[in-house]
Amino acid sequence: MLAYVLRRLAQLVVVLFVTSIAIFSMTALLPGDPTVTILGESSTLDQRQALRQDMRLDDPLPVRYVAWLGSALQGDLGRSIRTQEPVIQMLANRFPVTLELTFLSLALAMLVGIPLGIAAARWRGTNVDLGIGVLAMSSMAMPYFWLGTMLIMLFAVTLRWLPPSGYASFFGDPATNLKLMILPVLTVGTSMAAIIMRQTRSSMLDVLSQDYIRTARAKGLPEREIVLGHALRNAMNPVVTVAGLQFGALMGGAVVTETIFSLPGLGRMIVNGIFDRDFPVVQGAMLAIVVGVTLVNLVTDLLYVALDKRLAH
Amino acid sequence: MSSSTTTLAPGRGSPLRQQLQDLTRHRLGQVGLTIAALLVTVAILAPWIAPYDPAAIDWNAILMPPSAQYWFGTDEIGRDIFSRILWGARVSVYIVVLSIAIAMVIGSAIGLVAAYVGGWLDGLLMRIMDGLLAFPMLVLALGIIAVLGPDLNNAVIAIALVNVPSFARLVRGVGLTIRTQEYIAAATTYGASPMRIMLRHFLPNASGQIIVFASLKASTALITESALSFLGLGVQPPTPSWGNMMAIGLDYLGYWWMSVFPGLAIFITVLGLNFLGDAVRDVMDPRLQGSRSA
Repeated sequence: MLAYVLRRLAQLVVVLFVTSIAIFSMTALLPGDPTVTILGESSTLDQRQALRQDMRLDDPLPVRYVAWLGSALQGDLGRSIRTQEPVIQMLANRFPVTLELTFLSLALAMLVGIPLGIAAARWRGTNVDLGIGVLAMSSMAMPYFWLGTMLIMLFAVTLRWLPPSGYASFFGDPATNLKLMILPVLTVGTSMAAIIMRQTRSSMLDVLSQDYIRTARAKGLPEREIVLGHALRNAMNPVVTVAGLQFGALMGGAVVTETIFSLPGLGRMIVNGIFDRDFPVVQGAMLAIVVGVTLVNLVTDLLYVALDKRLAH
Repeated sequence: MSSSTTTLAPGRGSPLRQQLQDLTRHRLGQVGLTIAALLVTVAILAPWIAPYDPAAIDWNAILMPPSAQYWFGTDEIGRDIFSRILWGARVSVYIVVLSIAIAMVIGSAIGLVAAYVGGWLDGLLMRIMDGLLAFPMLVLALGIIAVLGPDLNNAVIAIALVNVPSFARLVRGVGLTIRTQEYIAAATTYGASPMRIMLRHFLPNASGQIIVFASLKASTALITESALSFLGLGVQPPTPSWGNMMAIGLDYLGYWWMSVFPGLAIFITVLGLNFLGDAVRDVMDPRLQGSRSA
């Protein structure tokens, strides 16, 4: 087990190293004079010179990378070119928003996906199974931005039950925060629920065909106890893994969803940063997302091994 | 020599013809094929079948609801939404086909080299691919757009690059299993060059899985493209794309047809491409049945 954890940690370091090079290269790869690209044609020579020094453009690339990584490791990700706000400060404000959105979506997806998956497996081949399958297929083909727009049209514009967009801090005003989160969470959680449902269904079917289930049936245990007591516990392992591995996809969904609902999270930080040509901001947000996703994947892997000791070898 | 390049297939008739026949008999495959064929037809024929010029502004017909004259209504400057959706199909097909083709070529090349050369080069290439795979697809695409600038062809490049790592891994995996086969050792003994071994022996054996994978990736490519365009970072107006049409619709929420129809076009196309991808996989690689990962 220890050897596995160490090997997994070494992999993590390598992946983070490669991703940091990729993110650093974004400014190194800018065509032409990067200071003109970033500041625009109308910038003065002085402004360009200042940025040149700031970005250490006259140093060789490896030197620049090491300097960049060094400050990043100390929590210094530079300042926003547009607002001069430290990027790390922006991340501290925005990360919680994205985290709340993704975790609530994951919770919703499991709450809906697992029972539907169990039902589909329990009544395999019937109309229940077919109906749930069609529902899952449809929700997976629905792009986030379409679902989000439709939800706003229905619940905010037509029925007027919920506000169309906006954000309130959870700690400042929990009730408003949750009310504003309902539609975004539905938007991100729906396709995730479909993925979890499909995984639950297939691993339930796997488990239900095992010998010990037949034994339990032969003993005359009620079906309910067999499905929920015996099978479910053993079927959950792959479901948890899939949920963890989908965290990256959830982050992608969050980017689009935050834009639709005007949520001040990491996704909107990237999109606005691109429009403003504010590279430190884009790089900082991308780094935060990739570190987050990689750590969640690590935890998922370790959890899986901890739950199933056979895999440690 | 040529006999060694034949792909493994059940021993009945020409394998390709058999597979095509199987595909047309696959129930979801039929639906997927129909939708895909319709999409491609619309994309090619858009200039002739669209009732209006997709860029024609008509101030006398702004924000008109669907009617016999404007089937899907008109937008905020009086352009016909139905015509714009037909033209949007063109953009979508162009981006999806081109980006997947580029990803397939670059990814396969990297995978082949990694599998054949092995050693430190394999390690290096695969660590780079792992690093790129750690990014959520849309986030990496956004990073590439940030560098290249928002534009239709840059969207193609971004979507292609984002898909390179998974093709590389797939082809490398197939390559590693082929490498240990005796006929590769035989070909090497005969003096076949590495290039020849890669192109004549590795590639044909991996081609089935590459095609299956490409068809499964098509719908993701379409979703990524429309997401980029929706964010204003993909296809730029006035060129109509389903994503950028929906972005305008978000500002006109009271006029449901502006968002509903372009979204429906994406939804139906993605559904069709998913069906087709699953069917192609079932037909070409029965071992993978039911293992679709989302």
